[in-house]
Amino acid sequence: MDFIQWFVQGFIYLFVTPMQHEFMVKAVLVSALVGLVCSALSCYMTLKGWALMGDAVSHAVLPGVVIAYVMNIPLAIGAFVFGVGSVIAIGFIKAKTRIKEDTVIGLVFTGFFALGLVLVSKIRSTIDLTHILFGNVLGISDSDIIQTVIISVITLVTLAILRKDLILFCFDSTHARSIGLNTTFLYYTLLSLLSLTAVAGLQTVGIILVVAMLVTPGATAYLLSDRFDHMTLIAMALGVFSSVMGTYISYHIDGSTGGCIVVLQTILFVVAMIFAPKHGIIAQSKDIEVNY
Amino acid sequence: MGNISIDIENVTVAYHGKVALHSASIKLEEGVICGLVGMNGAGKSTLFKAIMGFVTPVRGNVSIHGLPIRQVQKRNLVAYVPQSEEVDWKFPVDVYDVVMMGRYGYMNLLRIPRSIDKQVVKESLERVGLWDMRFKQIGELSGGQKKRAFFARALAQQATVLLLDEPFAGVDIKTEKLMIDMLMELRQAGYTILISTHDLSSITTFCDQVILINRTILAYGNTSEVFTEENLSRTFGGSVGDFSGAKANSRDQY
Repeated sequence: MDFIQWFVQGFIYLFVTPMQHEFMVKAVLVSALVGLVCSALSCYMTLKGWALMGDAVSHAVLPGVVIAYVMNIPLAIGAFVFGVGSVIAIGFIKAKTRIKEDTVIGLVFTGFFALGLVLVSKIRSTIDLTHILFGNVLGISDSDIIQTVIISVITLVTLAILRKDLILFCFDSTHARSIGLNTTFLYYTLLSLLSLTAVAGLQTVGIILVVAMLVTPGATAYLLSDRFDHMTLIAMALGVFSSVMGTYISYHIDGSTGGCIVVLQTILFVVAMIFAPKHGIIAQSKDIEVNY
Repeated sequence: MGNISIDIENVTVAYHGKVALHSASIKLEEGVICGLVGMNGAGKSTLFKAIMGFVTPVRGNVSIHGLPIRQVQKRNLVAYVPQSEEVDWKFPVDVYDVVMMGRYGYMNLLRIPRSIDKQVVKESLERVGLWDMRFKQIGELSGGQKKRAFFARALAQQATVLLLDEPFAGVDIKTEKLMIDMLMELRQAGYTILISTHDLSSITTFCDQVILINRTILAYGNTSEVFTEENLSRTFGGSVGDFSGAKANSRDQY
């Protein structure tokens, strides 16, 4: 009985008491939603090999966010323009010069990001750069919550409708084209969703770490499943779990929320990497013993 | 004379101003198995891309059953069976899912399989002997089974023109025999089958016609007339010894 009592009290202290603060209720709900959306998209990013692209786009949205702020329009619109713009720039430079793609990506996103930094520093405003770079979900405003919800709904509905086509696009774009699917449309759809979720992730973990939200849950789930649907469900569960727990942990230790969420995601990845039933390191080494 | 199914008229394709295929003209009839032979970079994949509509010729015109390529894609008339190297075998899909992808062109936007789709997929899998393996992740299949899985997808697509890229590379004897038997059946049913291959011995065994390609069409027509030592040395740009060497190398890769 003592143990149960101790457990219940501990649970209340850790998870219920913080909810007396309105900001904590908002923070937990928003990060759960962002975790859900980012991890749903992360499955496509992982399988398409777009981790670097995700990193690029999430950094490249910065000038768009600043300009949108100054013009007093939704940040998502500015981010969208610059996110997609950066990818068009990458494609253009790759096609017109002899420079390899990873170099072009590195070049373009740092250039956009630097432009964003200059804009932030020169514009007299209340924009807090650290909030954009590292997130500020504990202090999220109501208009930002509305924006996050809208982005989340758009992303989840699009993924739900185009799920099979996007899977085919990631798996075998040649076949997709040969049966008349518009792969250019699918490419830009995935890219647009990436830019939008980068803005949503910006609120919780910040521009620097949003790529982790868009990669890690998918990578972890990929080690745990051989079916795309299962992989998506596992990724979303991991995404929501680490976002919620990370937010609580950051509250209790008074540390960076984005940092806590991503560290937790990384720990989950390492655990999966070692212990995954089929694709983990231990299982793989047993496989080799059996084979030889 | 059967009906013309693949009609390539004076097609020139260029990438970034560099010509990859020059003034190619080919007419293939229904019920024909045709080999496509040439070195790497000779324009085999460019020709495939032109037939699938992935590249727009700078000159000339491609039509399938008299239809322009956009219509051809909409009607699922051309199926492509990729080389094994082109496929991500670790992708989390099972054999059944892959074959079902052959049916997407017939389904609604959400790609929800109807009973006809399920039935065709089942038949296709049974035909290649993979029905019992349908829930396996594709990477768990053997080399020959992998080929058969993608062949089943082409069957499920019910295209009348099949493009096969190196179909016999790295496959076991059982799969090779099964696939050749099936190609013969499809020929009977009026399919047009174009096979890109390094395996010159397979050309003489079952290809009715052959296309020799080296940046343009060097020769094409009935295998007995076209598949001569002289033509082959023109195709491979050297002595016949060179092409048997090329053949040995292509086998070594697997």
